[in-house]
Amino acid sequence: MSEFLQHLINMLVLGGTYALLGIGLTLIFGIMNVVNFTHGVLYTFGAYVMFIVVHQLGVNFFVALPLAVVAGWLLGAAIELTLLRPLRGSDIDTTMLVMIGAWIAMQSGTLWIWGGVAKSVSTPFPEAPLVLGPVSVSWLRLFVLAAAALLIVVTYFLINRSKLGCAMRATFQDQDTASLMGVNVDLIYTSTFAIGSSLAAAAGALLGPVYVIFPQMGDLAAVKAFAIVILGGLGNITGAVIGGFILALAEELGAGYVSSGYRDAMGFLIIIAVLIFKPTGLFARSERVG
Amino acid sequence: MKLAVTILTIAALASFPLWLRDPYLMNALITTGIFIIGAMSLNLLLGFTGQLSLGHIAFFGIGAYVSALTSLGFDVGLPGGFRIVHEPWPPAVGFVLAIIVAGLCGYLVGLLSFRVRGAYFVIVTISFAEVVRLVALNWVELTQGPLALTNIPSITIGLPALGSLTLRTKLQNYYLVLAVAVATYVLISRLVHSHFGRAMRGLMENETLAVSVGIDVTKTLTLAAVISAGIAGAAGSLYAHYIRIIDPEVFAFINTVTMVIMVITGGKGSLAGPVVGGLIFGLLPVFLRPIMAPEAQWIAYGGVLIVILFVLPRGIVPSLAQRWAKWRSRPRAAGAVSFSERDVKENA
Repeated sequence: MSEFLQHLINMLVLGGTYALLGIGLTLIFGIMNVVNFTHGVLYTFGAYVMFIVVHQLGVNFFVALPLAVVAGWLLGAAIELTLLRPLRGSDIDTTMLVMIGAWIAMQSGTLWIWGGVAKSVSTPFPEAPLVLGPVSVSWLRLFVLAAAALLIVVTYFLINRSKLGCAMRATFQDQDTASLMGVNVDLIYTSTFAIGSSLAAAAGALLGPVYVIFPQMGDLAAVKAFAIVILGGLGNITGAVIGGFILALAEELGAGYVSSGYRDAMGFLIIIAVLIFKPTGLFARSERVG
Repeated sequence: MKLAVTILTIAALASFPLWLRDPYLMNALITTGIFIIGAMSLNLLLGFTGQLSLGHIAFFGIGAYVSALTSLGFDVGLPGGFRIVHEPWPPAVGFVLAIIVAGLCGYLVGLLSFRVRGAYFVIVTISFAEVVRLVALNWVELTQGPLALTNIPSITIGLPALGSLTLRTKLQNYYLVLAVAVATYVLISRLVHSHFGRAMRGLMENETLAVSVGIDVTKTLTLAAVISAGIAGAAGSLYAHYIRIIDPEVFAFINTVTMVIMVITGGKGSLAGPVVGGLIFGLLPVFLRPIMAPEAQWIAYGGVLIVILFVLPRGIVPSLAQRWAKWRSRPRAAGAVSFSERDVKENA
């Protein structure tokens, strides 16, 4: 039983960051209809910004986090403006392949500059974990959970309560009508991509210090984000949050009770199962995917 | 004209080993050839049915593992106390089994994944490849996991009058790969120009219309996936017996991307496209190696992929074919127009 509780605690911490990854991707996928293969690179980027700012510039950990989010926002906006805006109107395969090209180039760039050796980011949290009866959780992980929850709430209000969010939702529903109502669709696209990217960078900046950082760390993160998006349904933020926690639970239980080698297979199995049995995602309104 | 170009190209490729004595270059040519076969099989799906499979390396890797395990033998326990013990068989049998097993996997994946299209199809195929990679990594008893399968025997072929021949040298392997590549090219060319090929293209261009004239979508797409996976399995088998060591890294996503880059650069939906794209991207590392670090090369690949998509979205071969057709149909030869339009379609 205590083992199960421990898995639940770990699930909450992982799920929070997975939800951030998923929200970012579901926004981009849903609103722009772009399969964003650079999402994992943005995750890696967020973690490396933490490393650079904390270790090479010697700045405080808590200052570095917002910097990583802003850096992710800027990089996302730059990718959208240079690569996606000129291709507006081309088919989904073309933009997907361009994103793959960008992903390879950026990941190899990371490898070239910082090398393949894994690095760790030191944090101001105490080493000793917080012990709550039968389970224990490190202070860093608690902080990660709190920060992720905060970012999820902020994003939720941004999308559902702000004017920008209203325009984004309108663009998601019907781009042409939104445009006729005076929504600047180009601006919405750039903002969407930038916000999605900054959330991916935030996830990397939060999980990077928990594990180690290396150039390929984003690959699995990207696939997990895809799993979450498919699980939650396209463009569905609440679905992405729930999907993030479901994936984290599946991974924790898979690693705990099946085999730790298959932990990362859970995401893929979920993708395959969902697409076979309920291709619109678990929480979606009816929607055509074929 | 088209036949002449094909024969000249094959003759040129066959003559390479006669004047290229550099073993490094020969090695690059052989692996490039193997990847071109893989790229041609990917093109069958991507270029002729319009389905972008980003899990294609799974079939290549399955072919490699099946062929290697057939020729090495294995001894695994199954749940329930059963054991499967397999004595080594000749590699040529492994080659055939690789095609069959990869084709079967193509059938299963096709059945499951053709329920969805577009981005969803892409993601299912990626997931499939990753699951297979994780199985290869974790089923240590069968695959040796990260320790790799080593000492895979070279292919032995029985020749009618000469007895059997074990292909150990690069020269022999080069001709084997060339022969399989030519056979693949001919097979795909025949397929594409058959009734089945027209059904595939019909689906790609307008699925609803194709259905309305009686084309069975699932059957056509699944058959294309089976053939494509079988060819990829053959390429994987050649790879395993040439390199003679395989580990789960063979399933790396980057290998699929390499094939996709070859197809897109050369021109998807063009028979010669994967060959041209494959020769460019397969041999580029040879020329870039002295001047660039490997990481920088990959940056360049990513960049080239983006530039090609921006500048020549249809790929090199179709663009050249269009130029050639335009040149042939310039005003003084007005009568040639109808021919050249047909040529564009057939060459492309």
